Amino acid sequence: MAIEVHNVSKQFGTFTALDDVSIGVADGALTALLGPSGSGKSTLLRIIAGLEEPDAGDVTIGGDLVTGTPARSRGVGFVFQHYAPFKHMTVQSNVAFGLTVRKRPKAEIEARVKELLELVRLDGLAERYPSQLSGGQLQRMALARALAVQPKVLLLDEPFGALDAQVRGELREWLRRLHDEIHVTTIFVTHDQEEAMEVAEQIVVMNGGRIEQAGTPRELYESPRNEFVMSFIGPVNRLGNAYVRPHDIQILPEAGGNTIEALVQRIVHLGFEVRVELTLPDGREVWAQVTRASAQELELAEGQILAVRLPPPRVFAS
Amino acid sequence: MSSSGPSAISLSPAPAGGLLPSQREREARGTSDGAARARKLGVRVVALAYLAVLLIAPVGMIFYRTFEHGLAPVWSAVSAPNAQNAFWLSLEIVAIAVPLNTVFGIGMALLLERGRFRGKAALGMLIDLPFAISPVVVGLALVLVYGKTGWFGDWLAQNGIQVIFSVPGMVLATAVVSLPFVARETIPVLRELGSDAEQAAATLGASGWQTFWRVTLPGIRWGVVYGVVLTTARALGEFGAVSIVSGRIEGQTQTLPLYVQDRFENFDITGAYAAAVVLALLALATLLAMNLLTRRTRGQVAS
Amino acid sequence: MLVLLPVAALLAKSGSGGTSAFWREVSNPEALAAIKLTLVVSLIVVSVNAVFGTLIAWVLVRDEFPGKRIVNALIDLPFALPTIVAGVVLLALYGKSSPVGVDVAFTRASIALALLFVTLPFVVRSVQPVVLELDRSMEEAAASLGAGPLIVLRRIVLPSLTPAIVSGVALSFARAVGEFGSLVLITGNLPFKTEVGSVYVFGQIQNENLPAAAAVSIVLLLAALLVLAALGLVSRWRSRHVL
Repeated sequence: MAIEVHNVSKQFGTFTALDDVSIGVADGALTALLGPSGSGKSTLLRIIAGLEEPDAGDVTIGGDLVTGTPARSRGVGFVFQHYAPFKHMTVQSNVAFGLTVRKRPKAEIEARVKELLELVRLDGLAERYPSQLSGGQLQRMALARALAVQPKVLLLDEPFGALDAQVRGELREWLRRLHDEIHVTTIFVTHDQEEAMEVAEQIVVMNGGRIEQAGTPRELYESPRNEFVMSFIGPVNRLGNAYVRPHDIQILPEAGGNTIEALVQRIVHLGFEVRVELTLPDGREVWAQVTRASAQELELAEGQILAVRLPPPRVFAS
Repeated sequence: MSSSGPSAISLSPAPAGGLLPSQREREARGTSDGAARARKLGVRVVALAYLAVLLIAPVGMIFYRTFEHGLAPVWSAVSAPNAQNAFWLSLEIVAIAVPLNTVFGIGMALLLERGRFRGKAALGMLIDLPFAISPVVVGLALVLVYGKTGWFGDWLAQNGIQVIFSVPGMVLATAVVSLPFVARETIPVLRELGSDAEQAAATLGASGWQTFWRVTLPGIRWGVVYGVVLTTARALGEFGAVSIVSGRIEGQTQTLPLYVQDRFENFDITGAYAAAVVLALLALATLLAMNLLTRRTRGQVAS
Repeated sequence: MLVLLPVAALLAKSGSGGTSAFWREVSNPEALAAIKLTLVVSLIVVSVNAVFGTLIAWVLVRDEFPGKRIVNALIDLPFALPTIVAGVVLLALYGKSSPVGVDVAFTRASIALALLFVTLPFVVRSVQPVVLELDRSMEEAAASLGAGPLIVLRRIVLPSLTPAIVSGVALSFARAVGEFGSLVLITGNLPFKTEVGSVYVFGQIQNENLPAAAAVSIVLLLAALLVLAALGLVSRWRSRHVL
C-alpha cells in the first residue's frame, strides 16, 4: 500500500517536531527516514502509525485517509527500538497476540505463528520468555509479531539501534532479504546513514522537522541538494563553504597540471581504506581517501610533501 | 522522577537480604582492625537492643500472656458470640473496602502515569492526603458530611440510608484511611514498565480494554498485589476512624479492633488479649506476605 | 470524592462559628494542653527515630548476623499491626502487671513509647534503600586519606543519608501527630496530663461538640501538613544546591 503524507505539522509544547512535511512512499517500497536526533523522523513515523496525531495535515494509506483513526484500526505493523516485548508472555503468545485479540481460531493462530517463527528463524524458541532471548532474537520476534496480522505497512523505529555492531549488520541484511520476500511497504527510521544507504531503496533526509531531500541513495550521495545532505551522507571535507569528498582528492606521483602541494600529517590504515590527513599550503586541513593498493604504490609516508589535485568544490546557495 | 517531597518515599518494600554481591564480598573479607570490629559489634548491639525493647519483647509478651493459662480460656474467648460477630464484621468491611481501593488505586495510577492533563501533582497530593490525616479526623470529617447534622444528612435520612453508626459508614472510613496504598505501589511499577508494550498492543489491533487486561495488568500485577496486602493490613487494623463512625454498638457495629478495646475496658483481659492475638497473627501473616512479595516486586521492576 | 468532600466539610464546620469561635475552641486550656503535648512528644519521638532509625537501617544493610532476615521483616510489624493491638501489647509489657517491673501506664512516657513503636518503620524503611545504594568506595577513599571512622560518618555518609532521614522524619511526624489507637489504652487519656490532641478530638465528638473537635483537628492537620511541606521544600533545596 502506498503511503502519502500531506503537509503534516506537529508541535510538542514550544518545540516544533514537524513543519509542513510531505512525502510519498510507493507501494512495496523500502524507505528510510534518516536524520539526526530531534529531526522529527520518529515523530513522523509515529504519526503514520497513528500513535500520534498531527496538529495539521493528512496521512493516507493505500488511498484511504487515516488521519484521526486510532493506531489499532490502521493495519500497521510497528517495531520499536527496544522491541516492546510482552514480558510475561512466551514468544509464541507474543507473536500470536495480534491474532488472539482478533479472536482468530486457535488452529489458525498456531499455524501462522509457526510459519512466522520459521521465517524469522526463531522456531524452537516458541516457549521461551523474552528475558531469555538476546537482543537480535527479540527484534526478530518483534518483527514476526508485527507481521502476524498481515499489516498493510511495516514501520520500524530505529530497529537496530539497541544492538551491537555485528548483530546490527546481520539484521540489516536480513531485513533487506525479508522485504524482498514479502514486499510489504516498509519505512524505517535511523540516524545511521550507512544503514540507510545499505538497506533502503529510497531515503528521506530530515532535519529540524523538515525534509531536506528525498531520493535513492545514489542520488543523495552524488547530487546532494544542500550542505546538510552532503555532510550527513558520506564523508566530506569542508573548505570554507565549499565541500569536497575525500575520495575525490587525487594524490599524484608527481606535480602536474593544476596540482598543489600538500604535507602529509598522518596516515591511518583502516583495512581496505587508507586515510591521508593533509595540510594544504594555505594552512587548511583536509583528508583524502585512497585504497590500500594506491597507498602502497605511492609509497605514502608521514612528513612527505605530495602533489594533490582537488576536484571542483561543491558550493551550495545558502 | 517526580519528587513530591516526603510522600514520594514511603512503603518501599524492604530491601531483601541487604547487601549487594560486591558489598557482601567485602564484608566477608572482614575488617582487619580489632577496634573497628568492636565498634561494629557495639553498634549492632545497640540497634538490636532498641528493637528488642521496643518491638520484639512486647509482641512476644502478648503471645505469652494470652496462652499462659492454656488454650481453653483463649478458645472460649475467641468463640464468644460478640467476638465472632466482630471478626466477621471486620472481614466483611475489608472485603468491600479493599477491592474498591484496588480498582481506585489502579485507576489513579493509570491516570497519573498514562494520562495527559494538568494538575497531576495536585491529584497525587490528594491521594497521599490520608497519610497525613489522623484517623480520628477522618472519622470526624465523615460525620460532618454524612452524619445527622452533616451536609448530606437530610437527604440521606429522607431516603432511609444510614451511613454513620452503621456498616456503610465504617466501610467508608476504612476505605478512606487505606486509600493510597495500591496507587502508591502501582505507580512506580507502571512507570518502570513504560508504555511501549501498550503502544505495540495498540498497533496490533487491541482495544483499550484488551490492552489493559492482557498487557498492562500482568505487567503491574506484583505491585498491585503488594499494594493490596498493605491495604488489607491497614483496613483490618483500622481503629480510630471506625470508632467514631460506628457508635461501637456491641454485636452490630463492632469490628475486631473495636472489640479489643471494649473487652479491655470491661476488664476482660483474656478476651482482649485473645482478640489481640488473632489480629497479631493476621498482622504477622501480612508481614510474611509483604516479605515474600518484596522479592517478586524487585524482580519485576528490575526486568 | 471520597477525600475531598470530608476535608471540605471539616474546614467548613470548623469555620462555621467564625474565626473568633475557632480561636475560642482552640485556646480552651484543655485543648491547648492536648495540642501542646502532642506536638512536643511527637517532636521528641521523631528525633529519637532519626537517630535510632538510621542506626537500625545501617545495621540491617551493612551488618550480618543470624536472624537478620527475620529482624528485617519485623521492622514492618508496627505497620501491619492494628494500633489498638499495639497499645495492648505495650501495656502488657510496660504496664501495670509488667513482668519487668516497668510501669509507664498513665504517664507521659507511655505516649512516647507508643509513638516510638508505631513510627519505627518510617525512618528505617526510608533510609535503608539509600544505605544500600551508597558507594562504599567513597568511604574507603576517605579512610585511605586518613579520615577516622567518625569523620567518615559525619562528612561522607550522613550528608548522603540526610534527605532520606528527613523524609522518614516527616512521615513519622505526620503519623505521630495523628496517632490514636495505640494511645487510647495505655495513656489513660488524663486531661492536661496524658491527653493528646487526637484523644481530645475524640472526646469532643463524643460530647457532640463538633465545632471544637473540628477546630482542633484543623490545627493538628496543619501541623502535619506544614511539617511535610517544609521538609519537602528542604529536600528540594538541598538537592538543588548539593548535587
